[in-house]
Amino acid sequence: MKLRGPAAAIAVITVVILAAAVTVLHMGGAVILNPKGMVADQERTLLIVATGLSLLVIIPVFIMTLVITWRYRETNTKATYQPNWDRSRTAETIWWLIPTALILALSIITWQSSHSLDPAKALASSTPPITVQVIALDWKWLFIYPDQHVASVNMVQFPEGTPVHFVITSDAPMNSFWIPALGGQIYAMPGMSTQLNLMANTTGDFKGSSANISGVGFASMRFVARSSSQLAFEQWVAAAKASGNALTQASYDQLAKPSSNNAVKVYTLTDRSLYDRTVMKYMMPLPQSSELGSYGSTQ
Amino acid sequence: MNLAGRLTVSAFMHDPITMGGVLMMIVLGLGVVGALFYFKRWRWLWREWLTALDPKKIGVMYLGLASFMLLRGVADVMMIRVQQATSVGASHGIVSTDTFQQVFSAHGTIMIFFVAMGFMFGLINLIVPLQIGARDVAFPFLNSVSFWLYASGLALINLSLVIGSFSPAGWLAYPPLSELAYSPGVGVDYWIWSLQIAGLGSLLSGINFTVTILRMRAVGMSLMKMPIFVWSVLCAMALVIFAFPILTATLAMLALDRTLGMHFFTATGGGNPMMYVNLIWSWGHPEVYILMLPAFGIYSEIVATFARKRLFGYKSMVFALGAITVLSFIVWLHHFFTMGAGADVNAFFGIMTGVIAIPTGVKVFNWLFTMYRGRIKFATPMYWFLGFVFTFTIGGMTGVLMSVPAIDFQVHNTLFLVAHFHNMIIGGVLFGYFAGFSYWFPKMFGFKLNERLGRYAFWCWFVGFLVAFMPLYILGLMGATRRLDHYDASMGWQWLFIVAGVGVAIICAGIGFQLLQLAVSIWKRKANQDLTGDPWNGRTLEWSVASPAPVYNFAVLPVVSERDPFWEAKEANQAYGLAKYSDIVMPKNSGMGLIIAGFAFIFGFAVVWHIWWLVALALLGVIVSIVVRASDDDTEAIIPAAEVQRLEAAARARRQTA
Repeated sequence: MKLRGPAAAIAVITVVILAAAVTVLHMGGAVILNPKGMVADQERTLLIVATGLSLLVIIPVFIMTLVITWRYRETNTKATYQPNWDRSRTAETIWWLIPTALILALSIITWQSSHSLDPAKALASSTPPITVQVIALDWKWLFIYPDQHVASVNMVQFPEGTPVHFVITSDAPMNSFWIPALGGQIYAMPGMSTQLNLMANTTGDFKGSSANISGVGFASMRFVARSSSQLAFEQWVAAAKASGNALTQASYDQLAKPSSNNAVKVYTLTDRSLYDRTVMKYMMPLPQSSELGSYGSTQ
Repeated sequence: MNLAGRLTVSAFMHDPITMGGVLMMIVLGLGVVGALFYFKRWRWLWREWLTALDPKKIGVMYLGLASFMLLRGVADVMMIRVQQATSVGASHGIVSTDTFQQVFSAHGTIMIFFVAMGFMFGLINLIVPLQIGARDVAFPFLNSVSFWLYASGLALINLSLVIGSFSPAGWLAYPPLSELAYSPGVGVDYWIWSLQIAGLGSLLSGINFTVTILRMRAVGMSLMKMPIFVWSVLCAMALVIFAFPILTATLAMLALDRTLGMHFFTATGGGNPMMYVNLIWSWGHPEVYILMLPAFGIYSEIVATFARKRLFGYKSMVFALGAITVLSFIVWLHHFFTMGAGADVNAFFGIMTGVIAIPTGVKVFNWLFTMYRGRIKFATPMYWFLGFVFTFTIGGMTGVLMSVPAIDFQVHNTLFLVAHFHNMIIGGVLFGYFAGFSYWFPKMFGFKLNERLGRYAFWCWFVGFLVAFMPLYILGLMGATRRLDHYDASMGWQWLFIVAGVGVAIICAGIGFQLLQLAVSIWKRKANQDLTGDPWNGRTLEWSVASPAPVYNFAVLPVVSERDPFWEAKEANQAYGLAKYSDIVMPKNSGMGLIIAGFAFIFGFAVVWHIWWLVALALLGVIVSIVVRASDDDTEAIIPAAEVQRLEAAARARRQTA
């Protein structure tokens, strides 16, 4: 059957531009489609499955639009014309059921994946997790390792194949903590502590950023997430301890002042309750210092 | 006491690009004022337009202002696209970060509140009374107040360009960024008060049209015989009534935080920014459907008219509209799956979001089957409809993807999300309003728009849309977050931003064709006159009266027994009967709506700048004007039967020459 008319032209343009887009995606620059971590990998699979499910309905709709608009165009007087035909219980039942079936399938996926990929859920692994406390500042990221007694700015390092338990807050406006190669984001909010569990499958440097606007320096809130061997991680920790920079309340207060494009810097951590105090300082009344521990720490 | 509040000379100083915008505004304003003097049109403007209570005229004014704001919103887009295409690596683009952030915040705010809402209320004003066989809305004066409040909000947001600055905190201004501690300037206050004023107008309109639809329908027009556009408006207005008070309360609390040092949403002092996010989206999500539902209604009208067939599955359509109305109130959390709610909560809202796709899908199938066994005429409105089917299904698909929380974690706040909602707002809402505009244009002005230029405009918009937004989907999957004023060259994003910019340029060509179409159509209006009042072989009551519709809409109020009353009357050869006319009582024009809203504007300006004596004075002005208006008992005028007779005879004569 030959098809012409506006719908056909619209369809051709749509398909050509979509095909171009898919080609570009295949060129490989799309980090979300080329994950390097366990969580991001499962999230990509979900994305592809859900896309496939949706296409099951969308492609027939496109084809029906083309065929119907061509066949029943004004000039085709041979086609049946039933101006008063306006209902069919069977037909309408069918198209209440088609999207319902699709959404039912998707709902099951949604329910299961919301639980299995709950950012707060610990990742199943034989390797014990390490905890990293993250504080979003104006406009840089501070990473605190309560168990390794080190800290760093705008760079976070961890061993490959090891679950990383991020606990995240903000001592600035709301931000969103995101390492797309490893998995989805979560908000960083003042006075709140959110959690994110990620694990890198390989070694490498991955890009991290803030996904939520937090002021003029927000575009510069980029950081490097380095997945390395266990040995390299231990060396990095040792180097941070030997750096001579101590992260105390005083140096933290200095760091927390607005600045952007901050260079990577490592610290030795002297005050393990810094993260907890940063979260709790927004609460009233302020808890006693002795009541504060170090959130997420395994010790 | 400082009489000027915090207003100082520095509020008038801007960077060169903003200054350009300011100058353009001033030149445009002076041009309009000059033209009014030159052509001696002040009296005409006041009598015919500014004081008009006729919803058709108010509708045209809405459309005019919304079109103007569309141009401003697009100017903002051009700056965003140029900035993001050039601000890479060592280059920092054309504007400062602060200006850039004001520009995208203004873009979002303007496009939703002053373009989409303006187009929507414009079309509703024009068509709803005509479609239900009424002469007016339930509260004509309140309608004028609503419009002028919208205009005041619009004036205030434009004033922020000239005096002071606009909010840099994004179109929804999340705290604590939007709190005094992080945004001490006037920008966020301008944002709050222009929305407060315009939002109040929207709420009053919502009440007005709900009552109009429920109480003023023609005899015989039961709810299930209403045109589907009227149903869609009724649903949207119900949403307005429930959603807009939330917006008003939320903005009021933010204003109290900022102005009186309270702590509703501050991070400190026991405030909770998460509550703001929760509240603003429990307005914000219904708002999306407030815009979308009337567009659905427009498409339904157009498809039935141009397929020359009854709308398929009317009851399904009504039920689908109702389902979407209810569901749109239980999905708002999907805007912040990433805020750390538990898996059960996220899954519930994810599933509810998916469920909205069911009634929406049913509507698409019903439109397809309206065309099935029809006789489709491809006039410009049908092009917009077909473009909508393709773009909207793509946007629907990406929406369904993002309804799965675990997928959303990866694309939230990226350009993927930005592409998705533009997919819905442009491909869904705006295409619908453009379709409605060209469909009902003859009813407003008595002549048709140029078809060829209309098609050119459509093709530019459609192609431009895809070229502008497909790259944004890709960029999102490449990890590009929204609102970046600068990024590293190593990201590999730049060429896609440039492609997106080309798409915007194509869209601008589409807007150019629309302006040209308008100009050419006015120029050649004699050739495209709609003498019959029924240029498209229409089905509903608005086509039964002359074009442009007479001030009283219907000389004799219609009695309805069928769903497509005018179509059925034509089929039975009873469309145009002779009748005995009687006097018609219509509301007198009144300038008080403009005056009340004018005081509201002064109030907004004064509160932004903390000029407290002026705040008090403006409030007093509002109250006194309301009292004066309420005490005026002489608000109605009579159109004598003879005058009706004369107008109807002239319309009949015109119809016979066609």
